[in-house]
Amino acid sequence: MTEATAVFEGAHGPKPRRTFSRRNIFLYGTLIMVALYYMLPLYVMIVTSLKGMPEIRLGNIFAPPVEITFQPWVKAWAEACTGLNCDGLSRGFWNSVRITVPSVIVSIAIASVNGYALANWRFKGANVFFTILIFGAFIPYQVMLYPIVILLREIGLYGSLWGLVIVHSIFGMPILTLLFRNYFTSLPEELFKAARVDGAGFWGIYFQIMLPMSLPIFVVAMILQVTGIWNDFLFGVVYTKPDIYPMTVQLNNIVNSVQGVKEYNVNMAATILTGLVPLVIYFVSGRLFVRGIAAGAVKG
Amino acid sequence: MSGNGATSVEIRNLDLSFGAIDVLKGLNLSVREGEFLVLLGSSGCGKSTLLNCIAGLLDVTGGQVFIKGRNVTWAEPSERGIGMVFQSYALYPQMSVEGNMSFGLRNARVPKSEIRERVARAADILQIEPLLKRKPSALSGGQRQRVAIGRALVRDVDVFLFDEPLSNLDAKLRADLRVELKQLHDRLDNTMIYVTHDQVEAMTLADRIAIMKDGIIQQLASPGEIYSRPANLYVADFIGSPAMNLQQGRVENGRFLAGEFSVSLDSYPFERKATGDAWFGIRPEHVLVGDEAAGADVEFAIKAEVVEPLGSDTLVLTSVNGKRFWLRISGQSRVATGDSLRAGVNAADASLFDAGDEERL
Repeated sequence: MTEATAVFEGAHGPKPRRTFSRRNIFLYGTLIMVALYYMLPLYVMIVTSLKGMPEIRLGNIFAPPVEITFQPWVKAWAEACTGLNCDGLSRGFWNSVRITVPSVIVSIAIASVNGYALANWRFKGANVFFTILIFGAFIPYQVMLYPIVILLREIGLYGSLWGLVIVHSIFGMPILTLLFRNYFTSLPEELFKAARVDGAGFWGIYFQIMLPMSLPIFVVAMILQVTGIWNDFLFGVVYTKPDIYPMTVQLNNIVNSVQGVKEYNVNMAATILTGLVPLVIYFVSGRLFVRGIAAGAVKG
Repeated sequence: MSGNGATSVEIRNLDLSFGAIDVLKGLNLSVREGEFLVLLGSSGCGKSTLLNCIAGLLDVTGGQVFIKGRNVTWAEPSERGIGMVFQSYALYPQMSVEGNMSFGLRNARVPKSEIRERVARAADILQIEPLLKRKPSALSGGQRQRVAIGRALVRDVDVFLFDEPLSNLDAKLRADLRVELKQLHDRLDNTMIYVTHDQVEAMTLADRIAIMKDGIIQQLASPGEIYSRPANLYVADFIGSPAMNLQQGRVENGRFLAGEFSVSLDSYPFERKATGDAWFGIRPEHVLVGDEAAGADVEFAIKAEVVEPLGSDTLVLTSVNGKRFWLRISGQSRVATGDSLRAGVNAADASLFDAGDEERL
């Protein structure tokens, strides 16, 4: 009991750490530098989009705006001209929504069932099917561009929104199926067995057992698909026509228009507007990444 | 409590292979009505595979499975009248305890009132009524396993299948649940097939044990029979901890000879007469020590190399002919490392195995 009252000598308790150690300066210094490097373009974009054209012509791209104006944003959204249409990016935005929403829903719905079937129901030929699917993920898009044009023309969907939706759904399939298959494989197999003993069938197990446990992977798939399809340019420009161009294509047409003065502030605003959807998706769904949704199913 | 003799589960010439690997080879097994049968073996012996075949979760490569006289070889798991309890409990995480237990009945479109009644009855038997509204994540390991048993119980099945149900529990809880399982079996009188790699579970629970190795049943007998009269060298070595002491030598002129070790076999109950190379096995607790050794079929001097007091008994490691030789003596005896002991063995307590086919002599 004498030790309890004794005064400690020498090292005791938590080890003291200096805030400005050489290690910390190096570590945080590097991180801050890299962060700044990545943030700078965004800063320039935001600042420029809030300036009027006279201020931009002064050439100080890093200077904050003297007179803040939202006119470039209004113009980018509602007034900028592409070809004959002068209703800004709003048209492209709604086109992109009409393309993205069904493509995401269709591709995830099909891929999740594919992944579930591949992971749990080892049907005959499953391995061959899976190999073909994975192989599909490695074929460069460019190779298939023209054949798909012909295909869509033959089924009468070339140049329509639904044609593009089909293309996006098919191209998302390999990677999404792989994603879902791996996730369902990682779920305890005994759950599947228990459900079979309990008399649930293919769809019963999918909807009642697997789906409720799969929120995280659905969120991941949704992020992948929404950003991928929203940011797509190539398919949009190849398989649709001007009236239904997605936002990215329209952005390009606004920024690259050769007539008149280059309105840098409008271009910057338009670019930020186009990037807003993926950005929002990241921020919102990050919170939905609920971990341990399967906790309690297995040992714990 | 072992049954009335009618056959509950019968397996005929069952083959199962995964690609080129044969897991089960021409397996035959007949389980009596109300019997508690334990499939015991080390990992990879095919015991869980066999259970999955009975459950219908694996398609067999050849052979037949009968449950209550009905050929269920091609039947769906839910059509076989079986309930299964898994090692990982496999509770549906998003459903409450009640939802978990009633899932099978809901799939079978049983009327709601009857579902409530059956769940209540099972919950009463397993004493889990207060937990019915909880989610599995809010349960302890022991409670989860009880719910998993309840899920099989509500379905009123003929055969319970257990796949290492206690392996994920800690030692104390495992012992408690083992007792409860035994009581449950006495109470329900259902046929139970139980897979484990734990000898203690097998010995304590089983009416009969089937010891498996490489997809073949090595011995199917009561725990006592398996312990005292192992059918072959593998079973002898597998059952018991520490394992049976084995000496390799020769049977000649009614004696077993291995180096200095020479035993008269006059009192050994031979099942088949043999001379030639053989194994002699004796359980650690059957080795007589000190005064008791006098007058045994063979007496020899040994030196204690390691002493392991377990409380109730003490294990002493010695060596005979350079091979490990364990003794199990009373916990009261005072033996220290390095002590010399007199030991004796009676042939009647021993097991002899042919060195060629490794079968019991």
